[in-house]
Amino acid sequence: MTKMAKITKHMVATTINGDLHEFICEPDETLLEVLRDRLGMTGSKEGCGTGDCGACSVMLDDRLVCSCLVLGAEADGAEIKTIEGMAEGGDLHPLQEAFLDHAALQCGICTPGILIAARALLQHNPDPSDEEVRYWLAGNLCRCTGYDKIIRAVQHAAAEMREAG
Amino acid sequence: MAFDQAQQREYKVVGARLRRPDGIDKVTGKALYGADVSAPGMLFGHVLRSPHPHARILSIDTSRAAALSGVKAIVTGADFAEVGGDDIRDIRDNVLARDKALYDGHGIAAVAATSVRVARRAAKLIEVEYEILPHVTDVDAAMQPGAPVVQAGRVAENVPPGVSENAVSFHEFGHGDLKAGFARADCVVERSFKTAATHQGYIEPHACLASMGADGKGELWCCTQGPFLVRSLCAEIIGMEASQLRVTASEIGGGFGGKTTVFIEPVALALARKSGRPVKMAMSREEVFRASGPAASYSVDVRIGMTRDGRITAAEATLRAQGGAFPCPIVQYGAQAAFAAYDLSAVCSRAWNVLTNRPKEAAYRAPGAPVAIYTVESVVDELCQTLGLDPLEVRLKNAARKGTLSSYGPTFPEIGLVATLEAAKAHPHYTAPLKPGQGRGISCGFWFNFGGNTSVSLNVSPDGTVGVTEGNPDIGGSRASISMMAAEELGIPYEKVRTVVADTSSLGFNDVTDGSRVTFAVGLATIRAAQAAKREMCRRVARLWGLEEEAVVWRDGAVVPAGPNAGAHEPMTLAEIAAIADNTGGPIAGHHEANADGAGVSFGVHIADAEVDPETGATKVLRYTVFQDAGKAVHPDYVEGQMQGGAAQGIGWALNEEYIYGEDGRLQNPGFLDYRVPVASDLPPIEPVILEIPNPGHPYGVRGVGETSIVPPLAALSNAISRAAGVRLTELPMSPPKILKAMKG
Repeated sequence: MTKMAKITKHMVATTINGDLHEFICEPDETLLEVLRDRLGMTGSKEGCGTGDCGACSVMLDDRLVCSCLVLGAEADGAEIKTIEGMAEGGDLHPLQEAFLDHAALQCGICTPGILIAARALLQHNPDPSDEEVRYWLAGNLCRCTGYDKIIRAVQHAAAEMREAG
Repeated sequence: MAFDQAQQREYKVVGARLRRPDGIDKVTGKALYGADVSAPGMLFGHVLRSPHPHARILSIDTSRAAALSGVKAIVTGADFAEVGGDDIRDIRDNVLARDKALYDGHGIAAVAATSVRVARRAAKLIEVEYEILPHVTDVDAAMQPGAPVVQAGRVAENVPPGVSENAVSFHEFGHGDLKAGFARADCVVERSFKTAATHQGYIEPHACLASMGADGKGELWCCTQGPFLVRSLCAEIIGMEASQLRVTASEIGGGFGGKTTVFIEPVALALARKSGRPVKMAMSREEVFRASGPAASYSVDVRIGMTRDGRITAAEATLRAQGGAFPCPIVQYGAQAAFAAYDLSAVCSRAWNVLTNRPKEAAYRAPGAPVAIYTVESVVDELCQTLGLDPLEVRLKNAARKGTLSSYGPTFPEIGLVATLEAAKAHPHYTAPLKPGQGRGISCGFWFNFGGNTSVSLNVSPDGTVGVTEGNPDIGGSRASISMMAAEELGIPYEKVRTVVADTSSLGFNDVTDGSRVTFAVGLATIRAAQAAKREMCRRVARLWGLEEEAVVWRDGAVVPAGPNAGAHEPMTLAEIAAIADNTGGPIAGHHEANADGAGVSFGVHIADAEVDPETGATKVLRYTVFQDAGKAVHPDYVEGQMQGGAAQGIGWALNEEYIYGEDGRLQNPGFLDYRVPVASDLPPIEPVILEIPNPGHPYGVRGVGETSIVPPLAALSNAISRAAGVRLTELPMSPPKILKAMKG
């Protein structure tokens, strides 16, 4: 007879992109694993699993975090925002529009994380300098673009958002 | 009807900066990459990897692992098929070791289980008995007689004697009398270089989902640059017919050459076959560094002679590259590329490939060229400094041009190097003032470019829209450029075309997305397929109008009478022809299959300004400009993106990135924290300047643009640092400790 593994799972209730989600997860399961494997939200990507690449960036109670460094259990009672909730219905966020218009993505794997991080920047600082954008996004690796078009897209979106008030 | 003429034309779509068709999915998180799909009943695979750089595998005991609850299958190298040919055998034995573990990270066995956690636990329960063997990870050490032998019996016939049998291949290229050439020189500089191995650093780790039916039919979803190649390799390794395996390429999160072979895909298929269930596998970042295909590390000697007025009289280079534990051909591309930018009467380049206990090299953007050209461009620059000559003028004076016999054999047709150098010279960057402590460097870059096997199918829908089916994963916007070329050729709006990347069962064979080939070769095939569809539409309309086919022509998206003799007919548009297709002969389509040649070589020139912090030795790149010949830029944004992205990777190669092996033969920095690729705050704006010297081998003049841009940054930065800090380094990367040591030495 095979012996059953003893696992103590956690029951978690959280709000993701405005919707209530309840799930059980293992104690060592990351928020990224929960999002991708339990909830089917694969927009957040795993590039490293060690918090070095930023591809899994999400907002946790208005804090920009790498979801690979947060436990699923920590999401209990929290409000999470992911790339899946960035557009409102069919309306893209100005950053998403700007990334398309400025060709700020090539392969696109870093794009969700960079968009989440850039939106967090513009919430803190609606009128950043190029250098401030570059330092804010220093935790998000992009291997395709050399960052130039990303910086331009963020600045373009920032200007549009300031104009729109 | 002159469909086949390359013509000077006013473009309506080509050259515009349009939104890419896959863009919305990618900015909303909907796009599906390798690790983003699941299947009912899916298992998770995990590979046990060797902790030793070199060890004989005496036994593998999987019994304890197999007994763990949730474990459904375990495979080792013995589960793979017997294969014919060295190349496929090497790929198979690199995926899972046979008799010996050849490097730290070499796959030994793999488990499929009901969760990733169980699979990992089970892998730890596999008992492997190793006999540890002496190892070697440095290229020069591996070449010494008496070095630990990585694999016996692999030496090619033409390899000169007197070195270890780790030196498995030797190539030599060039022409002219070196001795006489050096005798004519006023100044000869000879330098030896050493460069660290680098990794492509794609952000998406390798991932796949495999399933195998009881009837022997297989399905494989994976992130790859070449689904057709994956099909061929996996089918051979697993022992099945290629047509029974359908490979579907996911969206791909970067590749840069690193996704042009297989690592986990045959393992997932073997596990799926053994367990009877779908198996998903994804590498961790650590596995990507330890066990995918980084670029080679090199040791290089370069000797160049120059006259007082800056004419190169003779040049030679010897490259020694280790590309890991299996023979790798890439170093010969380096030897061929080394002197490609120069018109030389006496030149020789040699290439050694040496086995070491490191992972098997895969291609990395312009494979072989960055290091080879770095060493040459460093020595040319030192000659300019010694002789007091302007480095751009010296390159212009010696530049390869139409009619030049290249150092690697072919005589160049129309090429863009001189125009690119002239553009750099005329650009304000080249003459902008520098402050004390700052330096400016330039370098040329080159890549051969490639055409290759290509198959495209183009279908006209009854509503007048067009579908293009092609077989090359879109790694940087190629669906946009292919849609644009189809729209241009058919004279319809870009939005009316949809381009999809087909699976391997839906289209003829296509070579890998590599060699900067896709916009060139798939573009060419798309244009030809559109022309075939246009011919068919002309034929049908001519019949409707009661005319000979020659009496009608295609103009601005419609069939019109060729001249007044054909009578008065209103133009019949593509949409109108499509709407009545079922009455005129059925569906309208065009297709094209070819092994495309005429790719046209690519040249670039980079200018870099840098300053060095004398306290830390850290280099700051202040300003960076890229000049590159695109032939014709189909989508200028994505051409610029290639130029900027390649430059950024080259800057990382020059300044920071390196594989660091300890005395124990283990990789010490298998993560993005310690293998540091450039982040946004490391880089200045990178200004792209596109030149368009049409490639006669493409109907619109397109040249591949993907690879050349990684080549020049290595020397451009070394040359800039030499002027900024007064020290010339001969090692890469030029990391702060090395620069500091040189400045203090």
